[in-house]
Amino acid sequence: MPALSVRGLTKTYRNGVQALRGVDLDVAQGDFFALLGPNGAGKTTLIGIITSLVNKSAGTASVFGYDLDTQLERAKSCIGVVPQELNFNQFETPYTIVVNQAGFYGIPRAEARVRAEKYLRQLQLWEKRNGIARGLSGGMKRRLMIARALMHEPRLLVLDEPSAGVDIEVRRSMWEFLQDINARGTTIILTTHYLEEAESLCRNIAIIDKGRIVESDRMSNLLRGLRTETFVLNVRTPLAAAPRVVGYEITRVDDTTFEAAVSSEQGLNGLFAQLATAGVEVVSMRNKVNRLEEVFMQLVESRGQGG
Amino acid sequence: MAELSATPGAGAVASDALQSLNAARWTGFSTIVIREYGRIVRIWGQTLVPSAMTAILYFVIFGSLIGRRVGQMGGFDYMQYIAPGLIMMSVITNSYGNVVASFFGAKFGKHIEELLVSPLPNWIIVAGYAAGGLLRGLMVGAVVTLVSLIFARLPVQHLAMLLAAVLLTSLIFSLGGLINAIFAKNFDQVNWIPTFVLTPLTYFGGVFYSVAMLPPWARALSHANPILYMVNAFRHGFLGVSDVSVPGAFAIMATLAVALFLIALTLMNRGVGIRD
Ligand SMILES: Nc1ncnc2c1ncn2[C@@H]1O[C@H](COP(=O)(O)OP(=O)(O)OP(=O)(O)O)[C@@H](O)[C@H]1O
Ligand SMILES: [Mg+2]
Repeated sequence: MPALSVRGLTKTYRNGVQALRGVDLDVAQGDFFALLGPNGAGKTTLIGIITSLVNKSAGTASVFGYDLDTQLERAKSCIGVVPQELNFNQFETPYTIVVNQAGFYGIPRAEARVRAEKYLRQLQLWEKRNGIARGLSGGMKRRLMIARALMHEPRLLVLDEPSAGVDIEVRRSMWEFLQDINARGTTIILTTHYLEEAESLCRNIAIIDKGRIVESDRMSNLLRGLRTETFVLNVRTPLAAAPRVVGYEITRVDDTTFEAAVSSEQGLNGLFAQLATAGVEVVSMRNKVNRLEEVFMQLVESRGQGG
Repeated sequence: MAELSATPGAGAVASDALQSLNAARWTGFSTIVIREYGRIVRIWGQTLVPSAMTAILYFVIFGSLIGRRVGQMGGFDYMQYIAPGLIMMSVITNSYGNVVASFFGAKFGKHIEELLVSPLPNWIIVAGYAAGGLLRGLMVGAVVTLVSLIFARLPVQHLAMLLAAVLLTSLIFSLGGLINAIFAKNFDQVNWIPTFVLTPLTYFGGVFYSVAMLPPWARALSHANPILYMVNAFRHGFLGVSDVSVPGAFAIMATLAVALFLIALTLMNRGVGIRD
Protein backbone atom coordinates (compact mmCIF):
# COMPACT_ATOMS: atom_id res chain seq x y z
CA MET A 1 0.00 0.00 0.00
CA PRO A 2 1.55 3.31 -1.04
CA ALA A 3 1.94 6.22 1.34
CA LEU A 4 0.14 8.41 -1.15
CA SER A 5 -1.94 7.41 -4.11
CA VAL A 6 -3.62 9.94 -6.36
CA ARG A 7 -5.81 9.16 -9.38
CA GLY A 8 -7.28 11.49 -11.96
CA LEU A 9 -7.07 14.50 -9.71
CA THR A 10 -8.31 17.72 -11.27
CA LYS A 11 -8.81 21.17 -9.87
CA THR A 12 -10.47 24.14 -11.47
CA TYR A 13 -10.47 27.22 -9.26
CA ARG A 14 -13.54 29.42 -9.14
CA ASN A 15 -11.82 31.98 -11.36
CA GLY A 16 -11.60 29.31 -14.08
CA VAL A 17 -7.88 28.50 -13.67
CA GLN A 18 -7.28 24.80 -14.31
CA ALA A 19 -4.54 24.14 -11.80
CA LEU A 20 -4.60 20.32 -12.09
CA ARG A 21 -5.63 18.45 -15.25
CA GLY A 22 -5.72 14.79 -14.23
CA VAL A 23 -2.86 13.93 -11.94
CA ASP A 24 -1.92 10.30 -11.19
CA LEU A 25 0.80 9.78 -8.65
CA ASP A 26 2.06 7.08 -6.29
CA VAL A 27 4.55 7.59 -3.52
CA ALA A 28 5.82 4.44 -1.82
CA GLN A 29 6.11 4.12 1.95
CA GLY A 30 9.49 5.24 3.20
CA ASP A 31 10.24 7.15 0.03
CA PHE A 32 11.92 10.52 -0.19
CA PHE A 33 10.02 12.04 -3.07
CA ALA A 34 10.55 15.25 -4.99
CA LEU A 35 7.75 17.11 -6.74
CA LEU A 36 9.28 19.53 -9.16
CA GLY A 37 7.80 22.07 -11.49
CA PRO A 38 7.90 25.69 -12.58
CA ASN A 39 5.92 28.45 -10.83
CA GLY A 40 2.21 27.91 -11.18
CA ALA A 41 2.57 24.25 -12.22
CA GLY A 42 0.11 23.12 -9.56
CA LYS A 43 2.38 21.81 -6.80
CA THR A 44 0.79 23.76 -3.97
CA THR A 45 -2.67 22.97 -5.31
CA LEU A 46 -1.87 19.24 -5.27
CA ILE A 47 -0.56 19.46 -1.71
CA GLY A 48 -3.57 21.56 -0.76
CA ILE A 49 -5.94 18.83 -1.90
CA ILE A 50 -4.00 16.11 -0.10
CA THR A 51 -4.05 18.12 3.13
CA SER A 52 -7.73 19.19 2.84
CA LEU A 53 -7.00 22.87 2.35
CA VAL A 54 -8.32 22.87 -1.20
CA ASN A 55 -11.47 21.14 -2.47
CA LYS A 56 -10.77 18.92 -5.45
CA SER A 57 -12.88 19.10 -8.59
CA ALA A 58 -12.57 15.40 -9.47
CA GLY A 59 -10.45 12.33 -8.80
CA THR A 60 -9.44 10.36 -5.75
CA ALA A 61 -6.61 10.41 -3.26
CA SER A 62 -5.67 8.11 -0.42
CA VAL A 63 -3.02 8.19 2.25
CA PHE A 64 -1.75 4.87 3.59
CA GLY A 65 -4.88 3.33 2.15
CA TYR A 66 -7.27 5.78 3.84
CA ASP A 67 -9.44 7.43 1.24
CA LEU A 68 -9.76 11.17 1.65
CA ASP A 69 -13.46 11.03 0.82
CA THR A 70 -14.48 8.26 3.17
CA GLN A 71 -11.82 8.07 5.92
CA LEU A 72 -10.74 11.66 6.15
CA GLU A 73 -9.96 11.76 9.89
CA ARG A 74 -7.64 8.76 9.66
CA ALA A 75 -5.96 10.02 6.52
CA LYS A 76 -5.37 13.42 8.10
CA SER A 77 -3.76 12.02 11.22
CA CYS A 78 -1.10 10.37 9.02
CA ILE A 79 -0.04 13.62 7.35
CA GLY A 80 2.14 16.46 8.58
CA VAL A 81 2.42 19.50 6.35
CA VAL A 82 4.86 22.38 6.10
CA PRO A 83 3.15 24.92 3.87
CA GLN A 84 4.76 27.26 1.37
CA GLU A 85 3.39 30.35 3.11
CA LEU A 86 3.50 31.17 6.82
CA ASN A 87 0.30 30.08 8.49
CA PHE A 88 0.75 30.34 12.22
CA ASN A 89 -0.57 33.04 14.49
CA GLN A 90 2.24 35.59 14.56
CA PHE A 91 1.13 36.84 17.98
CA GLU A 92 1.50 33.50 19.71
CA THR A 93 4.76 32.02 20.97
CA PRO A 94 6.48 29.09 19.23
CA TYR A 95 5.85 26.96 22.30
CA THR A 96 2.11 27.66 22.32
CA ILE A 97 1.90 27.12 18.58
CA VAL A 98 3.42 23.64 18.64
CA VAL A 99 1.67 22.51 21.83
CA ASN A 100 -1.72 23.59 20.49
CA GLN A 101 -1.09 21.92 17.15
CA ALA A 102 -0.46 18.64 18.99
CA GLY A 103 -3.75 19.19 20.80
CA PHE A 104 -5.64 19.54 17.52
CA TYR A 105 -4.29 16.09 16.65
CA GLY A 106 -5.59 14.73 19.93
CA ILE A 107 -2.28 14.46 21.76
CA PRO A 108 -2.74 15.03 25.49
CA ARG A 109 -1.14 18.18 26.83
CA ALA A 110 1.47 16.50 29.02
CA GLU A 111 2.76 14.50 26.07
CA ALA A 112 2.57 17.59 23.85
CA ARG A 113 4.88 19.47 26.22
CA VAL A 114 7.47 16.70 26.06
CA ARG A 115 7.36 16.65 22.28
CA ALA A 116 7.45 20.43 22.06
CA GLU A 117 10.78 20.45 23.85
CA LYS A 118 12.11 17.64 21.68
CA TYR A 119 11.21 19.18 18.34
CA LEU A 120 11.89 22.80 19.23
CA ARG A 121 15.35 21.72 20.36
CA GLN A 122 15.93 19.65 17.23
CA LEU A 123 15.07 22.65 15.08
CA GLN A 124 17.15 25.01 17.23
CA LEU A 125 14.20 27.05 18.41
CA TRP A 126 14.15 26.12 22.08
CA GLU A 127 15.79 29.36 23.17
CA LYS A 128 13.15 31.29 21.21
CA ARG A 129 10.17 29.36 22.53
CA ASN A 130 8.63 32.09 24.66
CA GLY A 131 9.06 35.08 22.37
CA ILE A 132 6.33 36.25 20.02
CA ALA A 133 6.52 34.29 16.73
CA ARG A 134 6.51 37.47 14.69
CA GLY A 135 9.92 38.21 16.14
CA LEU A 136 11.53 35.14 14.57
CA SER A 137 13.68 35.45 11.45
CA GLY A 138 12.37 34.06 8.17
CA GLY A 139 14.43 30.88 8.45
CA MET A 140 13.34 30.35 12.05
CA LYS A 141 9.69 30.73 11.07
CA ARG A 142 10.13 28.01 8.45
CA ARG A 143 11.78 25.75 11.04
CA LEU A 144 8.92 26.46 13.42
CA MET A 145 6.52 25.15 10.81
CA ILE A 146 8.62 21.99 10.49
CA ALA A 147 8.58 21.48 14.26
CA ARG A 148 4.83 22.03 14.26
CA ALA A 149 4.32 19.47 11.48
CA LEU A 150 6.26 16.85 13.44
CA MET A 151 4.35 17.20 16.71
CA HIS A 152 1.94 14.36 15.94
CA GLU A 153 4.80 12.30 14.47
CA PRO A 154 3.17 11.82 11.08
CA ARG A 155 3.96 8.88 8.81
CA LEU A 156 3.96 11.19 5.81
CA LEU A 157 5.62 14.59 5.91
CA VAL A 158 4.84 16.98 3.07
CA LEU A 159 7.02 20.06 2.67
CA ASP A 160 6.15 22.80 0.18
CA GLU A 161 9.41 24.57 -0.61
CA PRO A 162 10.96 24.16 2.82
CA SER A 163 14.22 25.81 1.87
CA ALA A 164 12.86 29.00 0.33
CA GLY A 165 14.54 31.88 2.14
CA VAL A 166 16.75 29.67 4.27
CA ASP A 167 20.52 30.24 4.34
CA ILE A 168 22.93 27.60 3.11
CA GLU A 169 24.05 26.48 6.53
CA VAL A 170 20.53 26.04 7.85
CA ARG A 171 19.50 24.41 4.59
CA ARG A 172 22.26 21.81 4.97
CA SER A 173 21.32 21.05 8.54
CA MET A 174 17.66 20.84 7.53
CA TRP A 175 18.58 18.33 4.80
CA GLU A 176 20.44 16.22 7.31
CA PHE A 177 17.50 16.40 9.64
CA LEU A 178 15.05 15.33 6.94
CA GLN A 179 17.32 12.49 5.82
CA ASP A 180 17.50 11.36 9.39
CA ILE A 181 13.74 11.21 9.95
CA ASN A 182 13.35 9.58 6.54
CA ALA A 183 15.86 6.92 7.55
CA ARG A 184 13.70 6.22 10.60
CA GLY A 185 10.71 5.51 8.41
CA THR A 186 8.91 8.76 7.73
CA THR A 187 7.85 9.12 4.10
CA ILE A 188 8.77 12.57 2.79
CA ILE A 189 7.42 14.50 -0.17
CA LEU A 190 8.94 17.86 -0.92
CA THR A 191 8.59 20.49 -3.57
CA THR A 192 11.53 22.66 -4.35
CA HIS A 193 13.01 24.95 -6.93
CA TYR A 194 16.52 24.02 -5.85
CA LEU A 195 17.28 21.15 -8.17
CA GLU A 196 20.39 20.35 -6.23
CA GLU A 197 18.17 19.73 -3.24
CA ALA A 198 15.99 17.24 -5.10
CA GLU A 199 19.00 15.55 -6.69
CA SER A 200 20.86 15.03 -3.46
CA LEU A 201 17.92 14.14 -1.19
CA CYS A 202 15.29 12.36 -3.18
CA ARG A 203 15.10 8.83 -4.52
CA ASN A 204 12.05 9.36 -6.70
CA ILE A 205 10.81 12.35 -8.54
CA ALA A 206 7.80 13.63 -10.43
CA ILE A 207 7.85 16.64 -12.65
CA ILE A 208 4.63 18.57 -12.94
CA ASP A 209 3.92 21.22 -15.53
CA LYS A 210 0.69 23.06 -16.29
CA GLY A 211 -1.27 20.73 -14.03
CA ARG A 212 0.02 17.45 -15.50
CA ILE A 213 2.68 15.03 -14.38
CA VAL A 214 5.11 15.01 -17.30
CA GLU A 215 7.62 12.62 -15.78
CA SER A 216 7.69 10.31 -12.80
CA ASP A 217 10.65 8.03 -12.25
CA ARG A 218 13.54 7.05 -10.02
CA MET A 219 15.97 9.92 -9.76
CA SER A 220 18.81 7.72 -11.07
CA ASN A 221 16.79 6.64 -14.13
CA LEU A 222 15.86 10.17 -14.89
CA LEU A 223 19.45 11.30 -14.78
CA ARG A 224 20.60 8.30 -16.80
CA GLY A 225 17.95 9.07 -19.39
CA LEU A 226 19.54 12.43 -19.92
CA ARG A 227 20.49 12.05 -23.58
CA THR A 228 22.71 15.03 -24.13
CA GLU A 229 24.68 17.15 -21.76
CA THR A 230 26.22 20.46 -22.60
CA PHE A 231 29.80 21.17 -21.57
CA VAL A 232 31.46 24.54 -21.53
CA LEU A 233 35.09 24.44 -22.77
CA ASN A 234 37.69 27.14 -22.28
CA VAL A 235 40.57 27.07 -24.78
CA ARG A 236 44.02 28.63 -24.40
CA THR A 237 44.36 30.34 -27.81
CA PRO A 238 41.54 32.58 -29.02
CA LEU A 239 39.69 31.19 -32.04
CA ALA A 240 37.59 33.19 -34.51
CA ALA A 241 35.23 30.29 -35.25
CA ALA A 242 34.11 27.11 -33.59
CA PRO A 243 36.51 24.23 -34.29
CA ARG A 244 35.06 21.58 -36.62
CA VAL A 245 34.63 18.30 -34.83
CA VAL A 246 32.96 15.41 -36.63
CA GLY A 247 29.88 14.05 -34.81
CA TYR A 248 29.70 16.80 -32.18
CA GLU A 249 27.88 20.07 -32.26
CA ILE A 250 30.11 22.93 -31.10
CA THR A 251 28.92 26.50 -30.69
CA ARG A 252 30.99 29.58 -30.06
CA VAL A 253 30.25 31.77 -27.05
CA ASP A 254 33.29 34.03 -27.38
CA ASP A 255 36.88 33.72 -28.64
CA THR A 256 37.99 31.37 -25.89
CA THR A 257 34.68 29.82 -24.79
CA PHE A 258 32.77 27.12 -26.64
CA GLU A 259 29.89 24.83 -25.84
CA ALA A 260 29.80 21.20 -26.86
CA ALA A 261 26.67 19.06 -26.86
CA VAL A 262 27.66 15.51 -26.00
CA SER A 263 25.27 12.58 -26.12
CA SER A 264 25.60 9.80 -23.59
CA GLU A 265 26.52 7.21 -26.29
CA GLN A 266 29.32 9.36 -27.64
CA GLY A 267 31.23 10.09 -24.48
CA LEU A 268 34.01 12.65 -24.28
CA ASN A 269 37.03 10.77 -25.65
CA GLY A 270 36.18 11.35 -29.33
CA LEU A 271 35.74 15.04 -28.69
CA PHE A 272 39.09 15.46 -26.98
CA ALA A 273 40.94 13.31 -29.54
CA GLN A 274 39.70 15.48 -32.40
CA LEU A 275 40.38 18.72 -30.55
CA ALA A 276 43.94 17.56 -29.85
CA THR A 277 44.46 16.70 -33.51
CA ALA A 278 43.21 20.15 -34.49
CA GLY A 279 45.72 21.69 -32.07
CA VAL A 280 43.08 23.16 -29.78
CA GLU A 281 44.27 23.16 -26.19
CA VAL A 282 41.41 22.90 -23.65
CA VAL A 283 42.33 24.47 -20.32
CA SER A 284 39.12 23.81 -18.41
CA MET A 285 35.70 22.26 -18.76
CA ARG A 286 32.48 22.30 -16.75
CA ASN A 287 28.84 21.18 -16.99
CA LYS A 288 26.75 23.99 -18.35
CA VAL A 289 23.94 23.47 -15.84
CA ASN A 290 23.02 21.13 -13.08
CA ARG A 291 22.06 17.82 -14.63
CA LEU A 292 18.59 17.70 -13.21
CA GLU A 293 18.00 21.21 -14.39
CA GLU A 294 18.77 20.05 -17.89
CA VAL A 295 16.23 17.23 -17.73
CA PHE A 296 13.78 19.65 -16.35
CA MET A 297 14.33 22.20 -19.11
CA GLN A 298 14.14 19.52 -21.79
CA LEU A 299 10.87 18.20 -20.48
CA VAL A 300 9.25 21.53 -19.94
CA GLU A 301 10.48 22.93 -23.25
CA SER A 302 9.45 19.91 -25.31
CA ARG A 303 5.98 20.13 -23.80
CA GLY A 304 5.88 23.84 -24.46
CA GLN A 305 6.55 23.19 -28.17
CA GLY A 306 4.14 20.28 -28.30
CA GLY A 307 1.27 22.21 -26.73
CA MET B 1 -17.90 4.36 12.81
CA ALA B 2 -19.29 1.69 10.50
CA GLU B 3 -15.76 0.82 9.64
CA LEU B 4 -14.79 0.36 13.30
CA SER B 5 -17.43 -2.27 13.95
CA ALA B 6 -17.04 -3.97 10.56
CA THR B 7 -14.63 -6.65 11.80
CA PRO B 8 -16.56 -9.43 13.50
CA GLY B 9 -15.42 -10.31 17.01
CA ALA B 10 -13.53 -7.05 17.31
CA GLY B 11 -16.03 -5.51 19.69
CA ALA B 12 -13.51 -4.84 22.44
CA VAL B 13 -11.00 -3.38 19.99
CA ALA B 14 -13.71 -1.24 18.43
CA SER B 15 -14.82 0.18 21.76
CA ASP B 16 -11.20 0.92 22.66
CA ALA B 17 -10.72 2.66 19.34
CA LEU B 18 -13.91 4.61 19.87
CA GLN B 19 -12.79 5.62 23.33
CA SER B 20 -9.44 6.86 22.08
CA LEU B 21 -11.16 8.69 19.22
CA ASN B 22 -13.42 10.43 21.71
CA ALA B 23 -10.44 11.25 23.91
CA ALA B 24 -8.63 12.74 20.91
CA ARG B 25 -11.65 14.83 19.99
CA TRP B 26 -12.04 16.02 23.54
CA THR B 27 -8.35 17.02 23.59
CA GLY B 28 -8.83 18.88 20.31
CA PHE B 29 -11.92 20.67 21.55
CA SER B 30 -10.31 21.72 24.81
CA THR B 31 -7.22 22.90 22.93
CA ILE B 32 -9.38 25.25 20.87
CA VAL B 33 -10.99 26.55 24.05
CA ILE B 34 -7.62 26.98 25.77
CA ARG B 35 -6.33 28.88 22.76
CA GLU B 36 -9.39 31.13 22.74
CA TYR B 37 -8.98 31.73 26.45
CA GLY B 38 -5.34 32.62 25.82
CA ARG B 39 -6.43 35.14 23.21
CA ILE B 40 -9.04 36.72 25.51
CA VAL B 41 -6.51 37.12 28.29
CA ARG B 42 -3.66 38.23 26.00
CA ILE B 43 -5.66 41.15 24.66
CA TRP B 44 -7.70 41.78 27.81
CA GLY B 45 -7.71 45.52 27.15
CA GLN B 46 -9.82 44.87 24.07
CA THR B 47 -11.81 41.95 25.36
CA LEU B 48 -12.66 42.48 29.02
CA VAL B 49 -12.32 46.17 29.82
CA PRO B 50 -14.54 47.98 27.27
CA SER B 51 -17.80 46.35 28.37
CA ALA B 52 -17.10 47.14 32.02
CA MET B 53 -16.47 50.77 31.02
CA THR B 54 -19.66 50.94 28.97
CA ALA B 55 -21.69 49.42 31.80
CA ILE B 56 -20.35 51.97 34.28
CA LEU B 57 -21.30 54.80 31.90
CA TYR B 58 -24.80 53.41 31.39
CA PHE B 59 -25.36 53.04 35.11
CA VAL B 60 -24.12 56.54 35.88
CA ILE B 61 -26.04 58.25 33.08
CA PHE B 62 -29.20 56.19 32.53
CA GLY B 63 -29.40 54.60 35.93
CA SER B 64 -28.47 57.33 38.37
CA LEU B 65 -29.10 60.61 36.54
CA ILE B 66 -31.99 59.84 34.20
CA GLY B 67 -33.25 56.82 36.11
CA ARG B 68 -34.10 58.97 39.13
CA ARG B 69 -36.62 60.88 36.98
CA VAL B 70 -37.96 57.67 35.35
CA GLY B 71 -38.88 56.24 38.72
CA GLN B 72 -40.25 52.70 38.73
CA MET B 73 -40.39 50.26 35.83
CA GLY B 74 -42.07 46.88 36.00
CA GLY B 75 -42.33 47.42 39.74
CA PHE B 76 -38.58 47.90 40.28
CA ASP B 77 -36.12 50.77 40.50
CA TYR B 78 -35.06 51.75 36.98
CA MET B 79 -31.48 50.83 37.83
CA GLN B 80 -32.55 47.36 38.95
CA TYR B 81 -34.72 47.00 35.87
CA ILE B 82 -31.98 47.78 33.37
CA ALA B 83 -29.16 45.88 35.11
CA PRO B 84 -30.11 42.44 33.67
CA GLY B 85 -30.54 44.06 30.26
CA LEU B 86 -27.11 45.65 30.44
CA ILE B 87 -25.50 42.39 31.48
CA MET B 88 -27.23 40.65 28.60
CA MET B 89 -26.16 43.37 26.19
CA SER B 90 -22.53 42.85 27.11
CA VAL B 91 -22.89 39.08 26.81
CA ILE B 92 -24.38 39.47 23.33
CA THR B 93 -21.76 41.91 22.05
CA ASN B 94 -18.83 40.00 23.49
CA SER B 95 -19.88 36.51 22.46
CA TYR B 96 -20.47 37.68 18.92
CA GLY B 97 -17.40 39.89 18.86
CA ASN B 98 -15.12 37.18 20.18
CA VAL B 99 -15.92 34.59 17.59
CA VAL B 100 -16.24 36.93 14.63
CA ALA B 101 -12.86 38.53 15.38
CA SER B 102 -11.04 35.36 16.33
CA PHE B 103 -12.29 33.24 13.44
CA PHE B 104 -11.91 35.99 10.87
CA GLY B 105 -8.44 36.70 12.25
CA ALA B 106 -7.59 33.02 11.84
CA LYS B 107 -8.78 33.15 8.23
CA PHE B 108 -6.92 36.37 7.58
CA GLY B 109 -3.70 35.17 9.23
CA LYS B 110 -4.15 31.72 7.61
CA HIS B 111 -3.78 29.92 10.94
CA ILE B 112 -7.24 28.48 10.46
CA GLU B 113 -5.26 26.02 8.37
CA GLU B 114 -3.84 24.55 11.58
CA LEU B 115 -7.35 23.30 12.32
CA LEU B 116 -8.29 22.44 8.76
CA VAL B 117 -5.35 20.05 8.27
CA SER B 118 -5.94 18.40 11.63
CA PRO B 119 -8.21 15.36 11.95
CA LEU B 120 -10.74 17.30 14.04
CA PRO B 121 -14.20 17.02 12.52
CA ASN B 122 -15.94 20.28 11.69
CA TRP B 123 -18.53 19.96 14.42
CA ILE B 124 -15.72 20.04 16.97
CA ILE B 125 -14.26 23.16 15.38
CA VAL B 126 -17.66 24.85 15.45
CA ALA B 127 -18.21 23.72 19.04
CA GLY B 128 -14.73 24.89 20.04
CA TYR B 129 -15.17 28.39 18.67
CA ALA B 130 -18.69 28.58 20.12
CA ALA B 131 -17.28 27.57 23.50
CA GLY B 132 -14.65 30.29 23.17
CA GLY B 133 -17.41 32.84 22.57
CA LEU B 134 -19.33 31.41 25.49
CA LEU B 135 -16.30 31.78 27.70
CA ARG B 136 -15.79 35.41 26.72
CA GLY B 137 -19.53 36.15 27.09
CA LEU B 138 -19.59 34.65 30.57
CA MET B 139 -16.36 36.34 31.67
CA VAL B 140 -17.59 39.75 30.57
CA GLY B 141 -21.08 39.00 31.88
CA ALA B 142 -19.55 38.27 35.28
CA VAL B 143 -17.53 41.50 35.22
CA VAL B 144 -20.59 43.56 34.28
CA THR B 145 -22.65 41.82 36.97
CA LEU B 146 -20.05 42.83 39.54
CA VAL B 147 -20.18 46.40 38.25
CA SER B 148 -24.02 46.31 38.48
CA LEU B 149 -23.84 45.28 42.10
CA ILE B 150 -22.06 48.55 42.87
CA PHE B 151 -25.10 50.44 41.60
CA ALA B 152 -28.09 48.20 42.22
CA ARG B 153 -29.21 45.45 44.50
CA LEU B 154 -30.00 42.42 42.36
CA PRO B 155 -32.30 39.76 43.76
CA VAL B 156 -32.07 36.31 42.17
CA GLN B 157 -35.47 34.70 41.75
CA HIS B 158 -34.65 31.73 39.53
CA LEU B 159 -30.94 30.96 39.36
CA ALA B 160 -31.20 28.02 36.94
CA MET B 161 -33.35 30.03 34.55
CA LEU B 162 -30.97 32.95 34.70
CA LEU B 163 -27.98 30.73 33.89
CA ALA B 164 -29.81 28.89 31.14
CA ALA B 165 -30.83 32.19 29.54
CA VAL B 166 -27.33 33.59 29.60
CA LEU B 167 -25.76 30.37 28.28
CA LEU B 168 -28.22 30.03 25.42
CA THR B 169 -27.93 33.69 24.48
CA SER B 170 -24.17 33.56 24.52
CA LEU B 171 -24.21 30.39 22.44
CA ILE B 172 -26.58 31.89 19.89
CA PHE B 173 -24.44 34.97 19.37
CA SER B 174 -21.20 33.02 19.35
CA LEU B 175 -22.57 30.93 16.49
CA GLY B 176 -23.87 34.07 14.81
CA GLY B 177 -20.39 35.57 15.01
CA LEU B 178 -18.92 32.40 13.54
CA ILE B 179 -21.30 32.50 10.57
CA ASN B 180 -20.50 36.18 10.04
CA ALA B 181 -16.76 35.37 10.10
CA ILE B 182 -17.18 32.48 7.67
CA PHE B 183 -18.75 34.79 5.11
CA ALA B 184 -16.64 37.88 5.83
CA LYS B 185 -14.07 38.77 3.19
CA ASN B 186 -12.65 41.86 4.91
CA PHE B 187 -12.75 43.74 8.19
CA ASP B 188 -15.68 45.91 7.08
CA GLN B 189 -17.80 42.82 6.78
CA VAL B 190 -16.78 41.88 10.32
CA ASN B 191 -18.05 45.18 11.71
CA TRP B 192 -21.13 45.58 9.57
CA ILE B 193 -23.55 43.24 11.38
CA PRO B 194 -22.63 44.30 14.93
CA THR B 195 -23.09 47.97 14.06
CA PHE B 196 -26.14 47.87 11.82
CA VAL B 197 -28.00 44.83 13.09
CA LEU B 198 -26.99 43.82 16.59
CA THR B 199 -26.81 47.23 18.23
CA PRO B 200 -30.27 48.39 17.03
CA LEU B 201 -31.85 45.04 17.86
CA THR B 202 -30.37 45.16 21.33
CA TYR B 203 -31.55 48.71 22.00
CA PHE B 204 -35.05 47.81 20.80
CA GLY B 205 -34.93 44.48 22.63
CA GLY B 206 -36.29 45.73 25.92
CA VAL B 207 -32.96 46.43 27.63
CA PHE B 208 -33.95 49.93 28.72
CA TYR B 209 -37.72 49.71 28.85
CA SER B 210 -40.65 47.37 29.21
CA VAL B 211 -42.38 46.78 25.87
CA ALA B 212 -45.66 47.09 27.77
CA MET B 213 -45.07 50.86 27.52
CA LEU B 214 -45.07 50.78 23.73
CA PRO B 215 -48.04 51.44 21.41
CA PRO B 216 -49.56 48.16 20.13
CA TRP B 217 -47.88 48.24 16.68
CA ALA B 218 -44.43 48.77 18.21
CA ARG B 219 -45.06 46.07 20.78
CA ALA B 220 -46.03 43.64 18.00
CA LEU B 221 -42.91 44.57 16.05
CA SER B 222 -40.74 44.07 19.12
CA HIS B 223 -41.95 40.49 19.38
CA ALA B 224 -40.19 39.76 16.10
CA ASN B 225 -36.91 40.68 17.77
CA PRO B 226 -35.23 37.57 19.25
CA ILE B 227 -33.24 39.66 21.70
CA LEU B 228 -36.47 40.66 23.46
CA TYR B 229 -36.97 37.03 24.51
CA MET B 230 -33.42 36.64 25.73
CA VAL B 231 -33.42 39.81 27.80
CA ASN B 232 -36.79 39.00 29.32
CA ALA B 233 -35.96 35.41 30.15
CA PHE B 234 -32.80 36.64 31.83
CA ARG B 235 -34.57 39.43 33.67
CA HIS B 236 -37.16 36.94 34.81
CA GLY B 237 -34.35 34.92 36.37
CA PHE B 238 -33.31 37.95 38.42
CA LEU B 239 -36.47 39.89 39.09
CA GLY B 240 -39.26 37.43 38.32
CA VAL B 241 -40.89 39.78 35.76
CA SER B 242 -41.13 39.31 32.02
CA ASP B 243 -42.87 40.94 29.05
CA VAL B 244 -43.06 37.62 27.22
CA SER B 245 -43.92 34.01 27.97
CA VAL B 246 -40.85 32.49 29.59
CA PRO B 247 -41.23 28.91 28.27
CA GLY B 248 -41.85 30.43 24.84
CA ALA B 249 -38.66 32.45 25.18
CA PHE B 250 -36.64 29.32 25.97
CA ALA B 251 -38.20 27.45 23.06
CA ILE B 252 -37.22 30.25 20.71
CA MET B 253 -33.67 30.40 22.09
CA ALA B 254 -33.13 26.66 21.89
CA THR B 255 -34.45 26.55 18.33
CA LEU B 256 -32.20 29.41 17.30
CA ALA B 257 -29.14 27.80 18.88
CA VAL B 258 -29.71 24.49 17.13
CA ALA B 259 -30.48 26.15 13.79
CA LEU B 260 -27.38 28.35 13.91
CA PHE B 261 -25.19 25.41 14.88
CA LEU B 262 -26.45 23.43 11.90
CA ILE B 263 -25.97 26.38 9.56
CA ALA B 264 -22.41 26.95 10.79
CA LEU B 265 -21.62 23.25 10.44
CA THR B 266 -23.02 23.07 6.92
CA LEU B 267 -20.97 26.09 5.87
CA MET B 268 -17.83 24.57 7.36
CA ASN B 269 -18.49 21.23 5.68
CA ARG B 270 -18.87 22.97 2.34
CA GLY B 271 -15.69 24.93 2.99
CA VAL B 272 -17.45 28.25 2.39
CA GLY B 273 -14.97 31.08 2.84
CA ILE B 274 -12.19 28.78 4.05
CA ARG B 275 -11.41 26.36 1.24
CA ASP B 276 -10.88 27.22 -2.42
N1 LIG C 1 -6.72 30.28 -4.58
C1 LIG C 1 -6.55 30.33 -5.89
N2 LIG C 1 -7.50 30.87 -6.68
C2 LIG C 1 -7.34 30.90 -8.01
N3 LIG C 1 -6.29 30.42 -8.67
C3 LIG C 1 -5.30 29.86 -7.95
C4 LIG C 1 -5.38 29.79 -6.53
N4 LIG C 1 -4.26 29.19 -6.06
C5 LIG C 1 -3.52 28.91 -7.15
N5 LIG C 1 -4.13 29.31 -8.28
C6 LIG C 1 -3.64 29.14 -9.66
O1 LIG C 1 -3.44 27.76 -9.88
C7 LIG C 1 -2.24 27.53 -10.61
C8 LIG C 1 -1.33 26.62 -9.82
O2 LIG C 1 -0.89 27.28 -8.66
P1 LIG C 1 -0.01 26.57 -7.54
O3 LIG C 1 0.09 27.50 -6.40
O4 LIG C 1 -0.56 25.22 -7.30
O5 LIG C 1 1.40 26.44 -8.28
P2 LIG C 1 2.82 26.01 -7.70
O6 LIG C 1 3.27 24.90 -8.57
O7 LIG C 1 2.74 25.73 -6.26
O8 LIG C 1 3.69 27.30 -7.99
P3 LIG C 1 4.93 27.91 -7.15
O9 LIG C 1 6.13 27.15 -7.58
O10 LIG C 1 4.97 29.31 -7.65
O11 LIG C 1 4.62 27.82 -5.71
C9 LIG C 1 -1.65 28.90 -10.88
O12 LIG C 1 -2.06 29.31 -12.16
C10 LIG C 1 -2.29 29.78 -9.85
O13 LIG C 1 -2.43 31.10 -10.31
MG1 LIG D 1 3.57 26.56 -4.64
